[in-house]
Amino acid sequence: MSDVDNGKALLRVEELHGWYGESHVLHGVNFHVNEGEVVTLLGRNGAGKTSTLLAIMGMLPKRSGSIIFDGTEVIAMQSRHIARLGIAICPEERGIFASLNVDENLMLPPRIQKGGMEVERIYDLFPNLKERRRSQGTKLSGGEQQMLAIARILRTGAKFLLLDEPTEGLAPVIVQQIGRTISALKKEGFTIILVEQNFRFAASVADRHYVVEQGGVIDMIPNADLNNSMDKLHGYLGV
Amino acid sequence: MFELLGISPQVLLGQLLLGLINGAFYAILSLGLAVIFGLLNIINFAHGALYMAGAFVAWILLHYLGIGYWPALILAPLIVGAFGIVLERTMMSRLYKLDHLYGLLLTFGLALIIQGLFRNYYGISGLPYQIPSQLSGGQNLGFMFLPNYRAWVVVASIVVCFGTWFMIEKTRLGAYLRAATENPALVSAFGINVPLLITLTYGFGVALAGFAGVLAAPIYSVNPNMGADLIIVVFAVVVIGGMGSILGAIITGYMLGIVEGLTRVFYPEGSAVVIFVIMAIVLLIKPEGLFGKEAR
Repeated sequence: MSDVDNGKALLRVEELHGWYGESHVLHGVNFHVNEGEVVTLLGRNGAGKTSTLLAIMGMLPKRSGSIIFDGTEVIAMQSRHIARLGIAICPEERGIFASLNVDENLMLPPRIQKGGMEVERIYDLFPNLKERRRSQGTKLSGGEQQMLAIARILRTGAKFLLLDEPTEGLAPVIVQQIGRTISALKKEGFTIILVEQNFRFAASVADRHYVVEQGGVIDMIPNADLNNSMDKLHGYLGV
Repeated sequence: MFELLGISPQVLLGQLLLGLINGAFYAILSLGLAVIFGLLNIINFAHGALYMAGAFVAWILLHYLGIGYWPALILAPLIVGAFGIVLERTMMSRLYKLDHLYGLLLTFGLALIIQGLFRNYYGISGLPYQIPSQLSGGQNLGFMFLPNYRAWVVVASIVVCFGTWFMIEKTRLGAYLRAATENPALVSAFGINVPLLITLTYGFGVALAGFAGVLAAPIYSVNPNMGADLIIVVFAVVVIGGMGSILGAIITGYMLGIVEGLTRVFYPEGSAVVIFVIMAIVLLIKPEGLFGKEAR
C-alpha cells in the first residue's frame, strides 16, 4: 500500500470545482485514491465532503476540473455511465426507497460487472435483512437501513465504493459491525472513499485521511501518523 | 323494496351497469394519468385528446385499411404510445427542470392542437364504429339485458388495470419505476437509464389512453370532443384517489362510475356534478386523496 502518489492512482481528482445552482461549493479539490485503499474525507459540516462524492458520481449538477477513474475522464459523464465503470455510492441519507421492500431495494441496482456478491452471501453477512426481506424498506431501523444501503451496492460488482457517513446516528454496536464490514471489503480488494465526522471510526478502518475545508483538500494524513497529528487534526475539525 | 322507493330493479341495475362502464373508462384513464404524474411530475392534459386519438386511429385503420377491431385494439395503443414517445422526447423532456405549470400548459396546448386537427378533418358530428360481430347481441339475465360488448369493456378494463398494477407493484421493471419516482438521481447513479424509463412510462401511460379510446369507439361515437368531455371528470377521479397512487386511481375510477350511476337513479339532476362534489369534500377532509400518501 503506497501512501504516496505514484502516478497510478485508481482515482485522481484535480482542480475539481462544483456548484449547486449559483452556489459554488467546491473550490479546486485535489486528491487521489490508489487501488485497494480505504481513504477518508474528514472535515466539518459543509466543508464539501459530500459534494465531492456527489461530483465523483456525477450527481452534482455542475462541475469542472478533472476526475479520472481507471484512466477514464468522467467529469462530464452522466451518472448512469459513471456507475457502469464500477463506482457505486451509499448516500448520506441512505436512499432506501419507501415504495420498495427490502428485497426490491437490494435487487434494484443492476449488476454492472462480474464479481458482485450473491444475494445469499449478502443475507449471510446481514441476517437482519433476510428476516425482514418482505418489509417496506423504510420500516427498517436506521442501522438496518444503513446495512441495506451498503449491501445493495455490493451486489452490483462495483469495486469502488463511496460511503457517505455510514455511521451517522447509529448505535456503537452497529458502528462496529459497519467497521468490520468495511475492513472485510478492504481485504477483498475493494477501494473505498469514506466520508466521516467520527474520526475515531475513520482511524479504525482507513489507510489515509484527507482533510477537507471550505471546498478544498487542505491536508493529507497517513493513518500511521494519526497519533502524532492529533493536535493538528483537532484544529482542523474543531473538536 | 325497489318498488317502495318507486324505482324498478331494471332501472337501478341498468344504471349500475352504465356506471360500471363509465367507471371502466375512468379507471384506465386515471391509471395512465397517475403513472405519468408519479414519474414525470406532469399533469398530462393531453390525456383526453390521446384517448380520442385512440378511437380515431381505430376508425382510420378500419375505414382506410380495413383493419378490424381486434387488431386495432393492439395497434391503436401502440400508435398512440409511439406518438406520445415522440411528444415526450421532443417537447416534454425539455420541461422537467421547470415548474409543473409548464408541463400542464404544454400538454393543454397539445390537447387543443390534436383536437383541432381531428375536428378540421373529421368534423364534430361523430363517426360510427361497429361493435365487432363476435360481441354483438347480449345476454338476457332475467332481471336485465346485458349487451355483450359492455360486459367485454368491463372485463377488458379490469384485466388491463390489474395487469398494469401487477407490472408496477410486483416486477423488477416496476421497482425501477417506483424507485425513480422517489429519487431519480440515485436511481441514475446505480446505472439505470432514467430518461429512457421516463419516455417509456409516458408512452405506456398514453397507450392506456389509446386503448381506452378503442374500447370506447363502438359505445360512444368517434368524436373529436369525446376526450375533452371525459378528461375533466377523470382529473377529478385522480384528485379523489390521490395523485400518483396506482391502486387508488383504479379503485376510485370504478367506485365513482358506480356512484355516478346510482346518483342518476336516485337524484338524476345531481349525476353530472356528484363527482365534483365528492372531490370538493375529499379535498377538504383528506387533501392528499383517499389513497394518497402524505407528501413524502
